[in-house]
Amino acid sequence: MTGTIAFREPDAGILARRETIIEELQALLPEDALVHEARELVPFETDAFLAYHRVPLAVCLPETTEDVAKVLRYCHENGIPVVPRGAGTSLAGGAIGQEDAIILGLSRMNRILDIDLPNRAAVVQAGVTNIAISEAVAPEGFFYAPDPSSQLACTIGGNIGMNSGGAHCLKYGVTTNNLLGVKLVLVDGTIIDLGGKMLDSGSLDLLALVCGSEGQLGIITEATVRLLAKPEGARPVLFGFPSSESAGACVTDIIAAGIIPVAIEFMDKPAIEICEAFAHAGYPLDAAALLIIEVEGSEEEMEAMLGRIVTIAESHGVMAVRRCQSATEAALIWKGRKSAFGATGRIADYICMDGTVPLSQLSYVLRKTSEITDRYGLRVANVFHAGDGNMHPLILYNINDPEDAARAEEAGAEILKLCVEAGGCLTGEHGVGIEKRDLMRHQYGEADLRQQMAVRAAFDPAWSLNPSKVFPLEGRND
Amino acid sequence: MTELLTPETEAEAAAIIARHHDSGAPLRLCGGDTRSGFGNPVEAEVTLSSRALSGIVAYEPSEMVMTAKAGTPVAEIEAALAENGQFLAFEPMDHRGMIGTEGTPTIGGVFAANVSGPRRFALAGAARDHLLGARFVNGRGEAIRAGGRVMKNVTGLDLSRLIAGSHGTLGFLTEVTFKVLPAPKSAATLIVTDLTEEDAVKLMAAAMALPLEVSGASHLPYSVRSAFLNDGINGDSATCLRLEGLPESVSARLDKLAAYAEPFGPLTRLGDADTRELWREIRDVAPYQDRSLRPLWRVSVTPSEAAALVGAMRLEAAVDAFYDWQGGLVWMRMDGAPEADILRALLKKHGGGHATLMRVDPAARKLTPAFEPQPAAVAALDARIRAKLDPRGIFNPGKMAQQEMAA
Repeated sequence: MTGTIAFREPDAGILARRETIIEELQALLPEDALVHEARELVPFETDAFLAYHRVPLAVCLPETTEDVAKVLRYCHENGIPVVPRGAGTSLAGGAIGQEDAIILGLSRMNRILDIDLPNRAAVVQAGVTNIAISEAVAPEGFFYAPDPSSQLACTIGGNIGMNSGGAHCLKYGVTTNNLLGVKLVLVDGTIIDLGGKMLDSGSLDLLALVCGSEGQLGIITEATVRLLAKPEGARPVLFGFPSSESAGACVTDIIAAGIIPVAIEFMDKPAIEICEAFAHAGYPLDAAALLIIEVEGSEEEMEAMLGRIVTIAESHGVMAVRRCQSATEAALIWKGRKSAFGATGRIADYICMDGTVPLSQLSYVLRKTSEITDRYGLRVANVFHAGDGNMHPLILYNINDPEDAARAEEAGAEILKLCVEAGGCLTGEHGVGIEKRDLMRHQYGEADLRQQMAVRAAFDPAWSLNPSKVFPLEGRND
Repeated sequence: MTELLTPETEAEAAAIIARHHDSGAPLRLCGGDTRSGFGNPVEAEVTLSSRALSGIVAYEPSEMVMTAKAGTPVAEIEAALAENGQFLAFEPMDHRGMIGTEGTPTIGGVFAANVSGPRRFALAGAARDHLLGARFVNGRGEAIRAGGRVMKNVTGLDLSRLIAGSHGTLGFLTEVTFKVLPAPKSAATLIVTDLTEEDAVKLMAAAMALPLEVSGASHLPYSVRSAFLNDGINGDSATCLRLEGLPESVSARLDKLAAYAEPFGPLTRLGDADTRELWREIRDVAPYQDRSLRPLWRVSVTPSEAAALVGAMRLEAAVDAFYDWQGGLVWMRMDGAPEADILRALLKKHGGGHATLMRVDPAARKLTPAFEPQPAAVAALDARIRAKLDPRGIFNPGKMAQQEMAA
């Protein structure tokens, strides 16, 4: 597909020096750490934002922070752009490279370095998958809280780059709230440590700035993350509603009543049908909207909380309430939700939008979203984190039909603008990447953007790190 | 006597700052000026305060979000939240008693100094974890909007959280938007008495490993114990563990916690009112509200190293200390000199961290960097970032560590 998002013009000088650059990088790195043959580069042409493909100049797969620093120093001295990449699960094109750029893949840096339970911290390399951290500490009764739906595959380095969230962030916060420190390699190869097992910062809180910076400020090679004691128990409950509005109003009332479940997930009718057909989780097919509400704590606490939630749901005409009776049943309920993107991919190509809106605007934005996709003649399925207003309309289209694809992109942009107009933002957890780069001016004024870009340039004045991403190509300053 | 400017609008503030940008004349920035006692001394003839930028701009209890102008008194915010059964979960401390300032703490000051109380080490996190968005004026006199008003937002760089804890060195806050939470309906504290500091740190860590959501873990050695609850805590030392939530849930969890802690030492249980009072006193550092200028350090350290650090420090100087955040925060008072070099060297040996000088007499204050010196590469980066927000260095010059040295 030829999309509408422009890339930088590749640097002809770098393209002309390609062979030399590859030789010099080979000399710097261990034998198998450089990928440069055309067929080997294919898997690195895109990430989970499948609409765009760019073959990178080469891919470096270092195993140590020192090797990452060597590559960055070399690229810095030779004016070569660098695109960091974890597992390549970005839905916003955050890890797509370019013809004149090196992709620096962290997937081989996948060791857990230190588990420190008395201090509730784990030190891990950037390429460790999100789920691997929780799995490593589960036998001791701990877990790492942020749980993006791609957690089986996505890496902690990518999570930090995108400040990823997930279903359980309503109670536990997003990555930035669970990150204690990073080892960061700056664009010139300098290695710095920010934070650690102690709390708070002794100077400027650069950790807060780096988290969610989408590989624009440096390359993270290690992270210290906060571990939490697992609650005694957790239980998801399914609620089927006659309309999206009634489900949305139920969410608002639960929060207003002072109840913070650990997760409130929302699916509309198309999403219910898609997920049920894939996971056979027993979702109510006659409902127009479904909520999965998970509570945690002791038996008594969960019962008390669920009692209050059910009462609120009843006041909104809930049609079906399904409390699960076993761990297997709970896992199945979550399987349906977590496989939503994959299940949708079975029936159509789709782009997954990721806007956040204030809770009071949920119903309005859902209604307008349908109107927008109807107008473009497209189908949409909504599956998202309702407790924190993070919406994920999946716009279905045919990737082989350029007109259909362009319509999907335009409809998506309209939906994101709608989120901003409703008081929300362009992205809640996927990042800006290339996808939303040109929409940034809808959320920020000129001075706001200029200030962000100036801070970015304090780290990387030549715009070498992940250069085509996040900020509009025009108007970049130092 | 310095001139005090209190703009009533963001535009007015921006105009003042733009003039100072042009002239290069420094500005001392503050809110209610209750926390200006710490940090390195700032030399400026003009003080710019946000106290006249006051008032709650928007509050939607069902969205758990509030927007307020920076100079809004914290008390006004807390009262509005309490009416709706909500609160600031990061429980910002009041510094007046400790550093002997007067005036009114403001919400802008809370975020500018990233002021977080006992819940910092638990789920609630720091003030900055609750900050969703901010408006501020940069050193050029431009009004900047950062972040937003929703819980999840990864659109661009997180300048709001960068401003949090920058002590007025990056921008003049005019408005903040933050997350609020339902206030716990009930609270209780389990006190284990007579533990050594080493054992207390171990017990606090062990308590955090239980699935009971302990939301406060503080150890009060004998030397400070009498400063709490009107000398109402019995025994030698007191290791305090707090639980919060629905009444039934708190009492059930308190029983489980007591069953676990029983072998460690004698137990005392505090009810709701005493719990709230005790943790307010811990938050506001009651033992060192002693109207003195004896050097006081706020030491952020790896929790399990806390007792060993204090022990090592005692061999070098006359030190009094107590522990919050499971040991991760040590309040340390010296008898005479601040002993910054000794403390910072020991801190490095004990897993790293940072010691911030909160209070000292004016002569020593000029000689002792208040914030932990940063490694050269980080300091250089800090300086480059400052230059992007405040190119002429007019905001609180010198207040944070190494500012001039690195610039």
